[in-house]
Order: sequence, then C-alpha cells, then structure tokens
Amino acid sequence: MFDAAPSDETLLEVNNIEVIYNHVILVLKGVSLSVPKGGITALLGGNGAGKTTTLKAVSNLLHSERGEVTKGTISYRGDRVQDLDPAALVKRGVIQVMEGRHCFEHLTVEENLLTGAYTRSDGSANVADDLEMVYSYFPRLKERRKSQAGYTSGGEQQMVAMGRALMSRPETILLDEPSMGLAPQLVEQIFEIVKEVNEKEGVSFLLAEQNTNVALRYAHYGYILESGRVVMDGPAAELRENPDVKEFYLGMSEEGRKSFRDVRSYRRRKRWLS
Amino acid sequence: MPEQLIFGMEVFLNGLMAGVLYALVALGFVLIYKASGIFNYAQGVMALFSALTLVGIMEGQVPFGHLINAIFGTEIHGFGWHVPAFAAILLTMGVMILLAVIVQKCVFRHLVGQEPIILFMATIGLAYFLEGVGDIMWGSEIKKLDVGLPQGINTLIDETTFGWFGYGFFIDNLDIVATVIAALLVTALVIFAQYTKQGRAMRAVADDHQAALSVGISLNFVWVMVWSVAGFVALVAGIMWGTKSGVQFSLSLIALKALPVLMLGGFTSIPGAIVGGLIIGVGEKLFEFAIGPMVGGATENWFAYVLALIFLVFRPQGLFGEKIIERV
Ligand SMILES: Nc1ncnc2c1ncn2[C@@H]1O[C@H](COP(=O)(O)OP(=O)(O)OP(=O)(O)O)[C@@H](O)[C@H]1O
Ligand SMILES: [Mg+2]
Repeated sequence: MFDAAPSDETLLEVNNIEVIYNHVILVLKGVSLSVPKGGITALLGGNGAGKTTTLKAVSNLLHSERGEVTKGTISYRGDRVQDLDPAALVKRGVIQVMEGRHCFEHLTVEENLLTGAYTRSDGSANVADDLEMVYSYFPRLKERRKSQAGYTSGGEQQMVAMGRALMSRPETILLDEPSMGLAPQLVEQIFEIVKEVNEKEGVSFLLAEQNTNVALRYAHYGYILESGRVVMDGPAAELRENPDVKEFYLGMSEEGRKSFRDVRSYRRRKRWLS
Repeated sequence: MPEQLIFGMEVFLNGLMAGVLYALVALGFVLIYKASGIFNYAQGVMALFSALTLVGIMEGQVPFGHLINAIFGTEIHGFGWHVPAFAAILLTMGVMILLAVIVQKCVFRHLVGQEPIILFMATIGLAYFLEGVGDIMWGSEIKKLDVGLPQGINTLIDETTFGWFGYGFFIDNLDIVATVIAALLVTALVIFAQYTKQGRAMRAVADDHQAALSVGISLNFVWVMVWSVAGFVALVAGIMWGTKSGVQFSLSLIALKALPVLMLGGFTSIPGAIVGGLIIGVGEKLFEFAIGPMVGGATENWFAYVLALIFLVFRPQGLFGEKIIERV
C-alpha cells in the first residue's frame, strides 16, 4: 500500500510561467505551483482564471491550440519538460484528463480505455490486468463496455475519460474540472474515486476545479488562481477556514450566505476604488 | 431457363466484380476521411501515379529521363534492366510511403485545424501537382502494365455454365483475380481498423484530435500511416485498372467511380464502401443491360450518380455512415 499523505518529494514544479495564445493574448501572468508525490493538489478559480491553460501548459496540449509558454519553466522530477510532446509526457507518467471529458464517441467504452494504453509497450497481459483494475474502480463501465461512448451519460463519460488516463499507468494525472455538469451526488462519487486511486495506486493529482467546496474537502493543498495569477495558496484545511476563501469561493460570510455574484461585484468595485 | 435471365446472371456477376473494385477505390477515400477529415481529391491520381511508377520501375526507366536529357543534352532512357514484378511492387510501395511522408510534412502538417474546405483545396492542388510530377518523371505516353496476372476468358466457368444453361458466361480471369485480391485487401483493412492498436488509434484520431493527443497518440504518425495505406490501396487499384486498360491519364478517373459509392455508403464507413461498391457495380451493369437499349445506352456514366443522389436525399449520412452523435 502507498502512503495516502503527500510526501516531501516534488514531482511537478511550475515556475513563474507566462502563457500567450495566438501570439497576443496573455493569459497566464506568472503562475508557480508544485505538485508533491502522492498528493492531491487543487487548482481553484472562476471562469477564465487560467486553470485549463495551466494544465495544458504542463501536458503540452497548448501547442495544438496555438498557445505557448513564453516565460518560466516547467520541470518534472527535476527535468525540464516544456519542450516535450504530449506523447513523451504520457510515457513519463503525466497524463491529462481534459475538461468536458472528450471521449472518442464512436469507439466503445472498452476501446476508449484501451487507447489510454497506446504509449505502453509492456505487453497485452499487463494491459488486460489494468483494464480489470479500471473496471474495479468503475464497475459501471464494465456493464457498458460494449456501448458506444457517445451514447453514454455525462457521468459515465467522465469515468471513461478518467479510466482511459489510468490505463496509461500514470504517476500524475492532470484532472480538469471533473465535476462539470454532474449532479452533486455523482460529483461526490467521482471525487471518492479520485481519493481511492490516490491512496491505493499512489497516483498524484493536479486537480482544476471551480467547485471549491468539494475540491478543498478532497485535496491536500490548494492554489487559487485569479486572472492568470496565483492569489493564494496553502494546505486545503487552512484554505477552507480562511475568511476570504469562505467569502469569495465558498459563498459564506459572517452575515450568512451571499450570492457569488454579489460578492464578486462588491470586490471588484472595491478594487477599482482603491 | 429464359434467355434473358441467363444473360442477366452473367451481367450480375460482372457487376459484382466491378463493384469490388469500386469499393477498393472508395476505401482509399474513406480511410483518409475517417482519420483526418480530409476529402482526398488526389486519390485517383495517386492510383495513376503508383501505376506509372510501377511500370517505370519494372521497365528500368530512368526517372525524369526526359528532363535530364533536355537539360544536359544526354540520350538516356533506361537503365537497361528489368525488375521482377514482385520487387517492383515493393519498391513502388516504398515510393508511396515516401509520398505520404512528404505530403504530411510539407502540406498537411501546416494546415492542422484549418477548415475542411481548405484541406480539400489542398488535395486538389496535390492532385494536379502529382499528375504533373508523374508526367515529368515517367513520360506521358500510354504504357502497358503486366505484372503476370492471368487474363482472358475463364474457360472453366465458360464450360461449366455452358453445360448448365447451354450458354457459356464470359468472365475474365483478370476480373476474378482482381475480385479476390480486392476482397482480401478489404477484409485486411477492416481487421486493421477494427482490431489492431494502430487501427484503434486511427479511429480515435478521427473522433477527437485533442483527446488523441492527450493519451499520447501522435497525429503526424497516424496521418502518415493512413496516407500510406491509402497509397497502397491506390497501388492495388492502379495495378488492376492498369493491367486492364493500360496506364494512362484516364486511370485517375476511377476516382469518379468511387464518388457515388461514397455518397451511397457514407464517407466514414468501411462496410459502407464495400456494400456501396457492390450495389453500384451490380446496379449500373444491370440497368445498362435492362434499360440501356431502350434509352440508347451509355447509362453507366450517370446511373451511379442518380442512384447516389436518390440515396442522399433520403439518407444523408449514407447507408452505413456513422450517425452524427449529437450529445456531449
Ligand atoms: N485557445 C485559446 N485562444 C485564445 N484564448 C484562450 C484560448 N483558450 C483559453 N483562452 C482564454 O484564456 C483565459 C483562461 O482560460 P482557461 O480555459 O484557462 O480558464 P479556466 O480557468 O479553465 O476557466 P473555466 O473554469 O471556465 O474552464 C480565458 O480568458 C480564455 O478566454
Ligand atoms: Mg477550464
């Protein structure tokens, strides 16, 4: 068994990166973070904060979207990885589960899972074992293994996307917004599986989420991103108790619950005035 | 048995065999379209180019001979050797793979993410470019291609059917061989796409480029692979047609025969290409046989398109085209 708690060993180190899309749109303005081995690290923030961009900068999927890391460094286990292609990163054990699932719709559930093993060369017996491993985490997928992925439900597609990533035998999963569009109960179920995979398989997670509440309950550490900058970071337990986080991200304040929009506009006004 | 029915059966068989060849050409389109969303206008020219190359290699022709002679005032025409058919086919396949790599590196890699119409335009450019290169490389005269496939009437079928019906079917040996080879090739392609790791990767790329990248599939590799396979399919089609009617420009027009097959079978479906090819092959031969004489013949030129149009109106995605999945 693996140790559930994050260790001192750092896997991923993002150091002060800037990302520009289409040569002109500056989206990340100096983001730094680190992901320890065995931990679940949350990357929080509202729409357009730059969470997806950060994950794609790491997995190198930015290139195909005309995005580019123009400053800063990204290293994995001490090696500079920002010039590798996504396939090379997958081979090193870093794989991204994209926002919005992105299943191969015309492939069956099982074929989808098998594509996750594309970069592996350790033989079909091991791949078959891991398929069973994935089915043990997602029994629902086993029932639906012969269905076309395009016709499965949103929750099932999220499971397919996560299972597919697991099939690459990753060390680190970059998980982008797994809660998106899912019912609260299903969100909880998905996060339980993340926790289980983290504890049993020793997989580290960098988890981008808008759902601060759920993410901070499962993560060990969190970073809060706002318009391309990290504005706050700390152990998840501390962030949960932080009054600003409570007010701005958990929708709670001393006077009781406020709507998110009120809080945001109030804060924005305050910023302009100051 | 009434005479008309017996003739009809002969026509049916011939149609079936023509259909398998149509299916083969259509498959070249389907493969590239599936994996990259590119409608490859150059597929027919690729068949012509591969057949030209094959003849050139077999005859020991010097590539670009005319050009070299014109520039340097030399008088070279051939190396003076003959390459056995089998070796020449392998070499030609090498050339087609090289072509796939060049096309990917020089053209389509730079057009990733562009509109389908732009990609289509690029293939039109490619078609005429390739036609020109074929001319300059190997000369534009009509060439005879003989890789040793049997030709002429199949006497066994002729005699057997004569024994049964008192009328011997005229079936060309070449058509039989072509049918068998095409059928084998089609089966192999289906197995490749459906059951192998690279075939799965090809279908994955067809569905979602970004997701394919995210699991570590190299788009460039898959596209080179698909263009190579399409090149191979073109080569086989080129050999069949070239043997039958000589290697000449009109060979590239076999692509026109594949279009109605695609409309019928769907642009994304391998079984669709097969069934579509058979329906068109049989349909156009039977139609010509039954209705042709009444309307003055030559129905084969348009029948397939009319049939395909009718299908298109009622089933836009084709017979077997993948349903357009409309949920996220
Ligand atoms: N391909 C692109 N080209 C140009 N701008 C982009 C591109 N992708 C994202 N952006 C911009 O970058 C900013 C950050 O986007 P990003 O997707 O990283 O945010 P996010 O935090 O993941 O938001 P969400 O929670 O909505 O997914 C946004 O302003 C967005 O408009
Ligand atoms: Mg996002």
